[in-house]
Amino acid sequence: MAKAPLATGKFLLIFISWWAIWAFLQVSLLIGFGLAPTTALSDSLVSNTLVALCCGFISNNMQYYLPKKERYWYILFISLGLSAIILLACKAILVPLLSEKAGITDYAQFFSRSWAVRYDIVFLQVGCMSILSVLWYSSEEEQENRQRRNDAERLSKEAELFKLRQQLAPHFLFNSLNSISALIGSQPEQARKMIQQLSDFLRGNLKKEDQQWVPLSEELQYLELYLDIEKVRFGHRLSTEIACEEGCLGLRLPPMLLQPIVENAIKFGLYDTTDAVTITIRARKIEGGYVRIDVVNPFDPETSRPKKGTGFGLTSIQRRLYLLFARPDLLETHVENNLFTTTVKIPQQSQQLQQS
Amino acid sequence: MTNANIPPASIKAIIIDDEPLARMIVREYLETYPEVSIVQECSDGFEGIKAIQQHHPDLLFLDIQMPKINGFEMLELVEEPPAVIFTTAFDEYAIKAFENHAVDYLLKPFNKERFDKALRKWMDGRPVAATRAAAASSATADAETLPAAGSTEGLLETAAQSPTQQHRIVVKTGGKIKIIPLEDIHFLEAADDYVKIHTHQGAFLKNRTMSYFERALDPTLFVRTHRSYILNIQQVTRIDPYEKDSHLCILQSGAQVPVSKAGYVKLKTVLGL
Repeated sequence: MAKAPLATGKFLLIFISWWAIWAFLQVSLLIGFGLAPTTALSDSLVSNTLVALCCGFISNNMQYYLPKKERYWYILFISLGLSAIILLACKAILVPLLSEKAGITDYAQFFSRSWAVRYDIVFLQVGCMSILSVLWYSSEEEQENRQRRNDAERLSKEAELFKLRQQLAPHFLFNSLNSISALIGSQPEQARKMIQQLSDFLRGNLKKEDQQWVPLSEELQYLELYLDIEKVRFGHRLSTEIACEEGCLGLRLPPMLLQPIVENAIKFGLYDTTDAVTITIRARKIEGGYVRIDVVNPFDPETSRPKKGTGFGLTSIQRRLYLLFARPDLLETHVENNLFTTTVKIPQQSQQLQQS
Repeated sequence: MTNANIPPASIKAIIIDDEPLARMIVREYLETYPEVSIVQECSDGFEGIKAIQQHHPDLLFLDIQMPKINGFEMLELVEEPPAVIFTTAFDEYAIKAFENHAVDYLLKPFNKERFDKALRKWMDGRPVAATRAAAASSATADAETLPAAGSTEGLLETAAQSPTQQHRIVVKTGGKIKIIPLEDIHFLEAADDYVKIHTHQGAFLKNRTMSYFERALDPTLFVRTHRSYILNIQQVTRIDPYEKDSHLCILQSGAQVPVSKAGYVKLKTVLGL
């Protein structure tokens, strides 16, 4: 529940100052119209106190009832009604109180002559207060919603990333175990080697935490391990090319960022094709302090259609990059003939900022 | 090894799996069954269909996740599919389909014992295996009594709920196999025992029922507007009143699809009118 504006000290002070100014102005105005100073003062105090009470009432109660956008015209009616009530109350209090000692002959007459302009002013004050209250509470509500949305997004991002990792892992894991099982009979040495590779891969997968950035060299080594296992599974059908410009190996990047991209390349390039395939990974430094990594895989246009923008299953990676760097342009994809290229650029400065 | 009852190589089997080592282990396990001969090994569904047409095998060892078309989609395209022992590593949709239809399947990696159990079960349920003399005369009865073949239709329908199969339909046209992405479909039309799938590349026939597609396709994208028609709502440009109580839907391609009274109500709900 949003806090009422008048419950904040600063706003209360502003409110009281405004009230004093209005009251003073009304006294001057009434004296100008020929009322005795005491009469003018009582008149001003009574009517302005009533308005102030009413304003307090509005600003407090809007937190329980806030009209919907399409019902904003309710505010007009509420303000008109409240102003009328204030005016009637003013009349009921002031006319008996001030009738005999009015400067001009008859205060009651003066009041009824001035009711239109009084109503105008009261309506203006009450109306302003209503609108301000609506704005205040709407923005509070908006803020709360935004907060909630942020929380929800963060949660779903975590779930998304988790899911992305889960989607391929079991399939990959059990198929690899099946390959090992097949190798044990005829090529036990090869089986032992694959068990080693698989263990290293799993260990790496477990070790990675989301916070610590890792050197590119480590990440590439890890990907090579993954690709080597796939090579055992698919025999000679898979070949890989990993190229890294000199001086790039020490650059750092968030962990588990490249792996889903390569898994995606394998999914469409290897699992979904029947010919021999080459998966290429290229890393180089580019201007502006980025490391640029391209992952190239062939695809079968008959079964998969990369969409423009972020094709295939790269949305979660884009999302993660956006959450890490607040930029939507770090992941790009490119289709040429039957080759699909995923390009990711990782800013190096902000990484240093994050580390310091 | 003299076994008078079972002459060698009386059962023809085909192994379909995209991983060579996965095929190898099935081959290795089958070595203890002289009565089973592997007539071919295939590394994808397209090859699989050709091999089945050519060899008419008694038994398939079939992987689910494969390039181009998956194991279920392959089976859809085979008329009178043989008995199948499914082999899969991890696919929750496939496993759900198997369990709903009580089909035996092997989870990779599987050991020899588990493999033997599945094969024995199939062999025992196969009346012709014991008395070979009857085999030649009861070729038709054969297809009906095989455990997997009987429940194939229902199994494939359940499997069609999986995400990969949710966005495409696989058809056979002439000798070729065509994969139709759902967004390419204009509408489906009943045609006797088949359903005619109209796309911008022409119409294709598939031997499934309208209610099969009504269940399998995403109901927020495809609406059965008529007993004989299902249409892709993204193709709709206009709905015109037609005779009493019925309407005509005009698609982007210019095609006119009849909309019945009940279909009109459904269509309006899905389109949010």
